[in-house]
Amino acid sequence: LVTVSHSSFVCSQQKELTSKKRDEFEDILEERRLSSDLRYAMKCYTPVIYKGLSPCKPNAIKSAVLQSEQVQYVIKQLAKEMGESPDIIQEEATEILDEMGHSMQLGAVRFFAFTLSKIFKRLFQRVCVNEEGMQRLQHAIQEHPVVLLPSHRSYVDFLMLSYLLYTYDLALPVIAAGIFLGMKIVGELLRRAGAFFMRRSFGGNRLYWAVFAEYVKMMLRSGYAPIEFFLEGTRSRTAKTLTPKFGLLSIVMEPFFKREVFDTYLVPISISYERILEESLYAYELLGVPKPKESTSGLLKARRILSDNFGTIHIYVGQPVSLRTLASGRINRCPYNLVPRHLPQKPSEDIQEFVSDVAYKMELLQIENMVLSPWVLVAAVLLQNLPAMDFELLIEKTLWLKGLTQTFGGFIEWPDNLCAKKAVVSGLTLHSNIARLVDGHVVLNDKGAEDGAVGEIVFKRALAILMCATYRNQLLNVFVRPSLVAVALQMTRSFRKEEVYSCFSFLRDVFSDEFIFFPGISLK
Amino acid sequence: RQELLKWNGWGYNDSKFIFNKKGQAEFTGKRYRLGGMVLPTFKEWIEKTFGASLEHKTTSRASLNVNDVPPSIVNEEFLQDLRATKISYSQDAEDRVFRAHGHCLHEIFVLREGMFKRIPDIVVWPVCHEDVVKIVELACKHNLCIIPFGGGTSVSSALECPEEEKRTIVSLDTSQMNRILWIDEKNLTACVEAGIVGQDLEKQLAESGFCTGHEPDSMEFSSLGGWVATRASGMKKNIYGNIEDLVIHIKMVTPRGIVEKNCQVPRMSTGPDIHHFIMGSEGTLGVVTEVTIKIRPVPEYQKYGSVVFPNFERGVACLREVAKQRCAPASIRLVDNAQFQFGHALKPQVASIFTSFLDGLKKFYITKFKGFDPNILCVATLLFEGDREKVLQHEKQVYDIATKFGGLAAGEDNGQRGYMLTFVIAYLRDLGLDYYVIGESFETSVPWDRVLDLCRNVKERIVRECKEKGVQFAPLSTCRVTQTYDAGACVYFYFAFNYRGISDPVHVYEQIERAAREEILANGGSLSHHHGVGKLRKRWMKESISDVGLGMLRSVKEYVDPNNIFGNKNLL
Repeated sequence: LVTVSHSSFVCSQQKELTSKKRDEFEDILEERRLSSDLRYAMKCYTPVIYKGLSPCKPNAIKSAVLQSEQVQYVIKQLAKEMGESPDIIQEEATEILDEMGHSMQLGAVRFFAFTLSKIFKRLFQRVCVNEEGMQRLQHAIQEHPVVLLPSHRSYVDFLMLSYLLYTYDLALPVIAAGIFLGMKIVGELLRRAGAFFMRRSFGGNRLYWAVFAEYVKMMLRSGYAPIEFFLEGTRSRTAKTLTPKFGLLSIVMEPFFKREVFDTYLVPISISYERILEESLYAYELLGVPKPKESTSGLLKARRILSDNFGTIHIYVGQPVSLRTLASGRINRCPYNLVPRHLPQKPSEDIQEFVSDVAYKMELLQIENMVLSPWVLVAAVLLQNLPAMDFELLIEKTLWLKGLTQTFGGFIEWPDNLCAKKAVVSGLTLHSNIARLVDGHVVLNDKGAEDGAVGEIVFKRALAILMCATYRNQLLNVFVRPSLVAVALQMTRSFRKEEVYSCFSFLRDVFSDEFIFFPGISLK
Repeated sequence: RQELLKWNGWGYNDSKFIFNKKGQAEFTGKRYRLGGMVLPTFKEWIEKTFGASLEHKTTSRASLNVNDVPPSIVNEEFLQDLRATKISYSQDAEDRVFRAHGHCLHEIFVLREGMFKRIPDIVVWPVCHEDVVKIVELACKHNLCIIPFGGGTSVSSALECPEEEKRTIVSLDTSQMNRILWIDEKNLTACVEAGIVGQDLEKQLAESGFCTGHEPDSMEFSSLGGWVATRASGMKKNIYGNIEDLVIHIKMVTPRGIVEKNCQVPRMSTGPDIHHFIMGSEGTLGVVTEVTIKIRPVPEYQKYGSVVFPNFERGVACLREVAKQRCAPASIRLVDNAQFQFGHALKPQVASIFTSFLDGLKKFYITKFKGFDPNILCVATLLFEGDREKVLQHEKQVYDIATKFGGLAAGEDNGQRGYMLTFVIAYLRDLGLDYYVIGESFETSVPWDRVLDLCRNVKERIVRECKEKGVQFAPLSTCRVTQTYDAGACVYFYFAFNYRGISDPVHVYEQIERAAREEILANGGSLSHHHGVGKLRKRWMKESISDVGLGMLRSVKEYVDPNNIFGNKNLL
């Protein structure tokens, strides 16, 4: 790790970041362990809804989408271009919609509430949620259409989020998921729990795009349910936040641009895992082993992880961000006023720029509220001291890193009364598959590799290191800016502000796909 | 006329809302149907809607304090020249203050509690076109600033004198040019002097069996010249057209000379229509002196009507359909629920038990039997005109369409009351001002597909802005669709709030109104449908008509009035 000696910079950052007050967490599993899951699943569920909502069934939405001017326009266009009858294309649109659409049913929701209670209690020690965030969300849902934007580290993300909303009696989100089309039964169940599916790539298919966009917008405009999707597009295999995708975001922003809704709330949600369910899968993937296709049988095989302990999850529901406030003064309204609103319109440059800015802003907000566990610090220290490290030294360095991280505004969940030793030991216990304590030294766990072939030894090592790195990476977000400043200082060997700054900018551009920087904004 | 009208509020001196000794609301005077009637539920409505209370009262000062009025500065040579023309004039303080304002909220507020920084230095009353020519010549000779004044009903700050104007400001009051010069029954046109006010014009034409059919809500006070200068729109435009459809010929005196056409024809292709430089010029180019306007025989039969809809959305859909089928009655308006409730609160005490029983029955039928929610339903008011037979036929057609959108006919009386309220509603602001409630209306035009979104968003924006600006009680934020066109509609917003606890209510009010206008523009609405731009909405002109468009208007101004004699600073 790079330490930073630029004291004035540190000070100003410190003031800004550590003074930010964060909400308290509540464990939602505690209650589950005390009372009946069945009763919980069957509880009277009357979520608060959007004030302007006219209640309707999922099927009504689907037919409204098919009848909409937007979709009809594209159908007519395509019919004209391809010389086919509109009926055939209409048929195609219906199929697309059936493949895509959700059919939320309370029964399925209750089924999930029950099974997920059982599963989550076995997998996780605690699921901690900032209750204030939930209250803010409850408020937001009544006021305007809401878009939930969680970070994406695991498939557990969206299950957990829906579970959470059910627990707090909030409207279940409809989720844009690019997955599970291969899993018949589970797919159908998820569909009934409110997931809708999108093909992973449909760039060229105008009909698909039109149907999909209109489906999302229809649900948003009517305030039918919160809409949830992942800005990162896919699960980050490295625990670094991936650069955002803009397609879905611009779809959900469009009703506001066209003033079909008064405002839209964007809610960044940070979900942090002490131990990621897919940790070893990710490491395999990074080593080039192909990703197993999602299938129901695969899921059944994965049962064995149920016996494992995956520690604590922290879910931080951020402050809902008003799109209207973000857009104020930034959007030239003319383009939307001069074309009928149902015509597909390529977003103007300033709109594109705005969407991108919002995407980055949301990801930065996610990052800001990511919770770092002590293990993250341990992993970072350990990786600097391979192959083995003295336990006492590890504790000492971890403590030092803790201080540094907090100085830079990292959000470390470290119970006040917990001594460093206990924290490190508990981290090691939880991650015994990665590292363990041997004779007062902490070593990477490469069990089973001792007597294997050389290739296998290397592979096992790499696996352990990659997993370790995944946890360390969670720290990177905190340190990337000061680190770049430090590197810039070293490279320029000068203390002239402009030179350092231009070098910093250069570095930032180089790494712009690697880390999340707000586009175009200079160092403040 | 000045003596008949309030000096610090809307309309006639004898007509106003008051609370009588029993604490009940009452409308005074005999000019309106509501006159002399007690309105038993109105007080409660005010208290409930605004959180206002009768105990908290502010009063305007009783009369103008002449000592506050800026002095009249007029150059003696000009006065000598003016006297030579025998045109009457006045430098009296009251006369000058009366012509220093329109009816924007801030203007009325100033009248009640302060004084304008700049007012006209002299008022002149030409009695004919030639007088105007002389005045404009004198103004050019002495480099004075002329501000034409018609009915004084502007709501766009168009009549306010620019503070920085150093020249003598001449208020050119057209009110004495109020004759009908001739009526041409063969071509159904009339040539009228521009100072005539709407109601006099209709009254005098009616003596010969004609009407113009142009009835803006301000028609009791606004003038023909003012209509031309602001591109006015009348309630019955569906039959008679807006001012631009009615006008056949305009004579205008400018510093460059007189502008007019060589003939009075229904249409001509001679380049861009010069009338369109004049209409909407808001007094920046010259004075309109004579207008030839289309007339029609007074209709044989008039019938009011009203329809109740389960909600505003259905109501708008119905109006859209009516417009599509091009069968709009002379007037069709749709008020939202808040205005429906307001109209309800203005119901006079019923004369007999029988009427009250009937009312109860009607209410029961609509809310219980038909399942309309009284807090959601909305009402359309209708006015049909023409041959008796055709009216009845037309009426049936419209009611049939309404039925398709869930509408229920709600009687002639409700319709008529609705239109009567249009004139009376303007008096309400003065009552509100006495009880810490300020408010105003503003309008826009918008394509059909955006009507609902615009109405919802603007109302919501107003509520939010009030909250943000520290207004303690939720405001009244309501709208109505007042005109239908092939491609869109005109929407009117009323907005009022209780300002107790706010130190600078007018400023807060203006900020909110500005935000509401921003919202309108963002929703694809226009800067104005018929109120005009004045000085109030100038900041959005560039956005509205583009740089080049603005340049075109500027170049006309530069040619016609290079020395900015008509320096009211409106529009550009």
